[in-house]
Amino acid sequence: MSKFPKLIVAAMAASLLTGAAFAGKYKLGREATSEEVAAWNIDVRPDGQGLPEGSGTVSRGEEIWTDQCASCHGDFGEAVDRWPVIAGGQDSLASEDPVKTVGSYWPYLSTVFDYVNRAMPFTEARSLTPDDVYALTAYIMNINDLVDEDFELSKANFAEQKLPNEKNFFDDDRSSSPVFAKTEPCMSNCKPEVSVTMRARVLDVTPEDDSD
Amino acid sequence: MVRDMTTDSPTDNSKLQARRSFLRGGLAIGGAAAAAAATSGAALANGDPNILELKDWNQYPGDGVDARPYGAPSEFEEHVQRKSVPWLTADPISSVNFTPLHELDGIITPNGLCFERHHSGIAEVDPSEHRLMINGLVDKQLVFTMEDLMRFPRKNQINFLECAANSGMEWRGAQLNGCQFTHGMIHNVMYTGVPLKTLLEEAGLKGNAKWLLPEGADASGMTRSVPIEKALDDCLVAWKMNGEALRPEQGYPLRLVVPGWEGNMWVKWLRRIEVGDKPWHHREETSKYTDLMANGKARRFTWEMDVKSVITNPSPQAPLKHDKGFTVLSGVAWSGRGKVSRVDVSLDGGRNWQAARIDGPSIDKSMHRFYFDFDWDGSELLLQSRAIDSEGYVQPTKDALRAVRGENSIYHNNGIQTWHIKKDGTVENVEVS
Ligand code: HEC
Repeated sequence: MSKFPKLIVAAMAASLLTGAAFAGKYKLGREATSEEVAAWNIDVRPDGQGLPEGSGTVSRGEEIWTDQCASCHGDFGEAVDRWPVIAGGQDSLASEDPVKTVGSYWPYLSTVFDYVNRAMPFTEARSLTPDDVYALTAYIMNINDLVDEDFELSKANFAEQKLPNEKNFFDDDRSSSPVFAKTEPCMSNCKPEVSVTMRARVLDVTPEDDSD
Repeated sequence: MVRDMTTDSPTDNSKLQARRSFLRGGLAIGGAAAAAAATSGAALANGDPNILELKDWNQYPGDGVDARPYGAPSEFEEHVQRKSVPWLTADPISSVNFTPLHELDGIITPNGLCFERHHSGIAEVDPSEHRLMINGLVDKQLVFTMEDLMRFPRKNQINFLECAANSGMEWRGAQLNGCQFTHGMIHNVMYTGVPLKTLLEEAGLKGNAKWLLPEGADASGMTRSVPIEKALDDCLVAWKMNGEALRPEQGYPLRLVVPGWEGNMWVKWLRRIEVGDKPWHHREETSKYTDLMANGKARRFTWEMDVKSVITNPSPQAPLKHDKGFTVLSGVAWSGRGKVSRVDVSLDGGRNWQAARIDGPSIDKSMHRFYFDFDWDGSELLLQSRAIDSEGYVQPTKDALRAVRGENSIYHNNGIQTWHIKKDGTVENVEVS
């Protein structure tokens, strides 16, 4: 490190001693205004921190969904073509063909609100009002059989809403799994014989090469 | 220059050579083929025409300086490109393409070949309009311009970025013929930027600051929760890659570098870092980037990329083009937990192993290059590589991984890859017992 920052540290220490407010070591950048923070600080957490004022019903959500979401995600979240599936898949997670949706997989409802609010609809993010997003979140709950048609979601009742799969997530424990053994690997005669059990060409899913 | 590259033969693609082709008459065959014929002994009486005949480039001056103010690779390298697998995703705007690992050597990935993964396309950000905000649990919420950021003390760091879904298509068995597709969601770049720690200290962390939420300026508003320990350890807020400005598709003008951790966390077009006391559990760390186990439960916050390696040459897109004899096997290895201390290579599908030679710099959380120089006897081979990192972790077999994870994980497949080399030198992606 150059001497320059050290000098600044010394200067800072001096200014701290004289009682000036801490303003950072390098005095670069400027303080954000509260309007600026509000404009960008849209994230929402499971405990409800970050939720805006507002509310929306399932039926209002259905209207917006039909208009702005169904063309990709299907009328009931079943998806059109290969666009993401939003509803269904309950009890499929341990099967050979798991279907991960808000209802079957997502642990927290706040994630739906946050994601739809920041990233959907796909071609026009940030165009929905808070009431729209509450309504769409309520509709997504409804098509996942979590609430009735007459349900209304609001900032006030948001934190009470739980998604069924929350308890099935656990933190990274790879280092305690058997494949993580820190053992000296075998170098010779490690298995009696070797045979080919599967070939990629059989599945034939490799994209065509230009030079073919 | 735009050129239609429909064949590998340089002769067919050179207008200069075309001009002289009448001189060669019946000998106007591909230059590479002619050279191969000459050196393999079945040559023309007098020798190789590439030596005997005058070349245009040997006679006529070429382009002067400034004809190519931003240089590009030779036209003969035009096939070296990122490629996608169109059936993988619904739309190229939220999709991925792959680094052509089999065409590269050393440890650095050229900027134009670094794989791309976008969630809402490439944001084209004007750097003069770009701002980085730090808000939340800090003494002073700050806003920086790009110029402000460039006045902080800088650091250079070489790190690999691997998508957690790299090799994800191979969980259920061999699928794609080519290391570009099986392993190409990785690149290795030197970044220049300011340590994230410096910026956080500038804002002043509050005592209960435990998590960060970096956020992108693109239309997906990408967010991930990052624990404070990692942020204060080795993360960088970077604006240069391999010496030049970040490419737009890599987050120009600013991205987060999270060494050794899954690529999704390296937020591109970085515009905001919120400091909080709990994780946010956003879409990319719940719906995505969580690892579903066979019993239906899911592992979350699996940030580190495990020790892994792959043989890049030979591989399905890069077959052996010569008869038996001396040859060079090459590949790359990396670990999100440190350096790669050793790579072993097997020619017989994992029965017997020999240590490969690591060459070039060995850097923490960077790709390493390895070679295994050997005399091919012309027989069929089952090539494998197995990396061991500085923490002592050993790259597992795919079956060992499946035994503990099932086949639904999508992410974090660091299993040993097998390539089947045929007698004719062609190569196939296979799985072995
Ligand atoms: C043009 C097609 C399109 C439209 C219209 C659209 N979406 Fe999406 N949606 C997508 C794509 C593509 C993704 C995945 C993006 C990615 O992977 O980054 C997605 C993802 C989602 C997800 C997360 C899915 C998951 O499993 O992670 C939700 C929830 C969602 N959309 C809700 C909505 C809502 C609500 C609307 C209407 C306001 C909407 N979408 C409109 C294409 C669309």
